Amino acid sequence: MRNFVITVAVTGALASSAFAEDVLPTDVRYEDGAVSVSLSGVAGDAANGRKIVGDKKQGNCVACHSVTELKETVPFHGEIGPMLDGAGDRWSEGELRGIVANAKIMFDESMMPSFYKTEGYIRPGNAYTGKAADETLTTLLTAQQIEDVVAYLTTLKE
Amino acid sequence: MKYVTGAALASLLTTSLAFADPVDDTLILNEETDMITRTAAPAHLSDTLDEVMSGWLFRGTETRAMQADDFDNPGMIFVEQAQDSWMIAEGTEGKSCSSCHNDMDSMAGVKATYPKWNEEAGEVRTLQMQMNNCRTERMGAEAWGYDKTPAINMEAALSAVSRGLPVNVAIDGPAQSAWELGKELYYTRTGQLELSCANCHEDSYGMMIRADHLSQGQINGFPVYRLKNTKLNGVHSRFKGCVRDTRAETYKPGSAEFVALELYVASRGNGLSVEGPSIRN
Repeated sequence: MRNFVITVAVTGALASSAFAEDVLPTDVRYEDGAVSVSLSGVAGDAANGRKIVGDKKQGNCVACHSVTELKETVPFHGEIGPMLDGAGDRWSEGELRGIVANAKIMFDESMMPSFYKTEGYIRPGNAYTGKAADETLTTLLTAQQIEDVVAYLTTLKE
Repeated sequence: MKYVTGAALASLLTTSLAFADPVDDTLILNEETDMITRTAAPAHLSDTLDEVMSGWLFRGTETRAMQADDFDNPGMIFVEQAQDSWMIAEGTEGKSCSSCHNDMDSMAGVKATYPKWNEEAGEVRTLQMQMNNCRTERMGAEAWGYDKTPAINMEAALSAVSRGLPVNVAIDGPAQSAWELGKELYYTRTGQLELSCANCHEDSYGMMIRADHLSQGQINGFPVYRLKNTKLNGVHSRFKGCVRDTRAETYKPGSAEFVALELYVASRGNGLSVEGPSIRN
């Protein structure tokens, strides 16, 4: 019980401080497609990042990318994007952050959705309702979720 | 170009592609009608694709078998319902479809040419639009809602009598501007996921997207009986679902945009057999 209270208190504190310090989607600085500064100012949680990568309602990265390490937990990985095994060897943390936030800056024609962007869409919808988006349109992942995913990806070594 | 990419990929990913490639199989309907499920791409696609393939080739063994025999095809139940309503007089003129068109068999080949330019109306019409024109102008009956049960059943019945004939929609002449609009829509990356039809169905067909096997998105099999919702599904409703899944604001079934997109996508399958009602996931 005491543990539970502490956990909740800490999570609450992290969430609010992280939110206040988030880099706005329109302020992210890309250098050759990489982003060197943390989007939330809070270190990523690789374990949570692993969940986001496999969760249909969050990143759903496995819809297009396969990750061998994750296959036992989450079945059915797509094969449209490059496999993520060894991503942590091939890319630096800043490059991974830039790719997750907006892959089209590094790779012009990339099919990959931009997970930290709020502008420049054609007929953006309100999530999966088919209705038009309103002013509440948010990024596909939060700054902290992106940091978590990046933290997980850096652990993927061959 | 596509061929070179495919070949290069194949050498790298032999195992997964062997699993995900379209099958090497032949569809013979009711053991008598040879269906064209793959053929040379129409001329307007020659820079993009070598071959066009029916979605039938991307489905599992059981789903394919279900479509090969009308007794196993649940879509034929709805075709029978439409065959009954073909004979029933409706509206102020006391006419049925058969009053003007006789047997439904006389409609063989019609489905293969739709969507189609209508000179009198000065517009491209889908088969459902034409059916509704008959209802309101000749029968004095009410129009059916777009992709709603009576309309989709009748479209399936008209498709059924054209099965085996090659899709052959005209894209030039007066239909060209609608075709161009449809092409533009096909390549536009919409919604918050910024995905176009082409991203999945031209660039990535044959691959898995999560547990789904991406086809070329051909519509020669529409209306489609989907195992997922156990009913007939119209092309426009399918378009709407796809666009929604890009987290975009959709267009409406029957809208000018979807009529244009239907014409364009149908033209990508010129040469494939009309298959509707087909069976898909």
